[in-house]
Amino acid sequence: MAFDSFSAFIAMEGHGPYVWACYAVFVVLLGGLMIWSARRNRAVYDSCRRRLEQQQGSKDSARPKAAATFTRVEVSQD
Amino acid sequence: MHPIRKKRLTILAFLVAGIALAVGLTTYALRQNINLFYDPTEISAGNAPVDVRIRAGGMVEEGSVIRDTESLKVNFRVTDYAASVPVQYVGILPDLFAEGQGVVAMGRLNEEGLFVADQVLAKHDENYMPPEVADALEKSSKGLNKANAEKAAESAAY
Amino acid sequence: MWQWFHKLGSPKWFYGIANRLMPWLLAGGLIVLLAGLVWGLAFAPKDYLQGNSYRIIFIHVPAAFLAQSIYIMMAVAAVVTLVWRMKLADVFVKAIAPVGLVLTFLSLFTGAVWGKPTWGTWWVWDARLTSMLILLFLYGGAIALDRAINDEKSAARAVAVLVLVGVVNIPIIKYSVDWWNTLHQPATFKLTEKPSMPMEMWVPLLLSVLGLYLLFGWLACLRMKTEILLREQRTRWVRELVLAGRK
Repeated sequence: MAFDSFSAFIAMEGHGPYVWACYAVFVVLLGGLMIWSARRNRAVYDSCRRRLEQQQGSKDSARPKAAATFTRVEVSQD
Repeated sequence: MHPIRKKRLTILAFLVAGIALAVGLTTYALRQNINLFYDPTEISAGNAPVDVRIRAGGMVEEGSVIRDTESLKVNFRVTDYAASVPVQYVGILPDLFAEGQGVVAMGRLNEEGLFVADQVLAKHDENYMPPEVADALEKSSKGLNKANAEKAAESAAY
Repeated sequence: MWQWFHKLGSPKWFYGIANRLMPWLLAGGLIVLLAGLVWGLAFAPKDYLQGNSYRIIFIHVPAAFLAQSIYIMMAVAAVVTLVWRMKLADVFVKAIAPVGLVLTFLSLFTGAVWGKPTWGTWWVWDARLTSMLILLFLYGGAIALDRAINDEKSAARAVAVLVLVGVVNIPIIKYSVDWWNTLHQPATFKLTEKPSMPMEMWVPLLLSVLGLYLLFGWLACLRMKTEILLREQRTRWVRELVLAGRK
C-alpha cells in the first residue's frame, strides 16, 4: 500500500478532491451507461414480446369471429 | 470483389484522401496559430510580435529564479537550451513550478525584450516515476551533468 | 473468406455469438478494471513530481484511448456500411456512438480536473485538447444526425459519411503533441514503444485499459442486441426467439 493510513488515502496529500471527483464521475457515468443500456434492452425485449404475444392471441381469437361473419344468417325476406 | 463495390470503395478512398489533404493544408497554413506558444529561439530571433498577448514556453533556466522579498513578483528565464528569454510575473505560481521544469507563460513581450506574464502554467513531460527512482536518477546523473544536459535538450519534451 | 464475411453480417448469427460472449466480457471487464483501478489508486507509488494527483491517469488514459479506438472502429464499420451495405455494420455504429461520446467526455473531464493542480488551469486551447473536443462534437453530431433522419437507410448512409469525414481528426489527436507546441505532454501509454513509466505504474494502467476494453465489448454486444431487436422484430427468427422466452 502506498499510504500509511486510510485518512491519508482519502486526503491524497491534498489532491484528494481532484482524484476522488474524477473516479466518482467515471464510476457514475460508466455504471449509468451500463445500467441504462441493460434496462433499455429489457424494455425493448418486453415490448417486442408483448406485441408478438398479442398478435398471436388475436390470431387465435380471430378465427371463430371470422367464421361467424360468414355464417348464413336467416333473415326474413318479407 | 463486385465491380460496384470496388467503385464505391474507390470513391470513399478519394473522399477521405481529399479531406485529409484539405485539413492537412489548412493546419499547415495555420500552424503558427495552432502552436500554443512561441519557444525562446523564435522570440529571440524576433519572430514573436511585440506588445501582443502571446504565450512563451520552455524550461525554467537553472539558477535564474529571483523572487521579490516584498511582493509576489518573480523573475526567471525561460530557455530551450538554444536561447533564453527573461520573464517577469506577479502572482501565485503553480505547484509544479521549479527550476528545470517546463512552463508556458501568457503575457506580452515589451520593447526591451522582457516578457511580462500575467499567467504562468506548469508543463510536465510524459515520464512518471516514484520519488526514490527520481532521487537515484538525479544522484547518478550528477557526475555526468554536462553530457546529460545536452541529451536532455535533445529529448526535452517541455 | 467472403462467405465468412457475409455470415458476420447476419443479425441472427451475431445475436447468438453476443449471447455467448457477454457473461465473459462483463465478468472479465469488471474484475480486470477493478484490479487496475484499486492497484493504481492504493498500491502504485506516487509520482516524484505530481504526487498523488497523477493517479487520475488510471482513468484518464483508458477513457481517451478507448474514445479514439471506438471512433476508428466506427469508421471501419462506416466503410462496410457504404461499400457492402451490411446492416450489422450500421447497427454497430449506432450502438457504440453513445459509448464513445461518454468516454470522450470522461477523458475531457478527468483531464480538466487533473490539469488544475498540475498545470494550473482547467482548460487551455492547445491542439490536443481542442482536437479531443472536436471528437466529442463528432460523436454528438453522428448521434444527432441519426436521430434527425427518419428513414433507416438514409440515416445509416449519412452517419457513415459523417463518421468517415471525421476520421481525419484521429491522426490529428494522436500527433498533435508532436506536430505543434502544446501544454499537453506526449503519450505515456504507447503500444509500440517501451513505456515511459516503471512497471508498478504501467501494469495497473494496462489493466485499466484492458478492463475498459472488455466492458466496452459487453456494452457493444448489449446495445447491438437492442438495436437488432428493434429492427428485426418482424422477422421469423426474432418471433420464434421471443415467443420461446429466450433472451
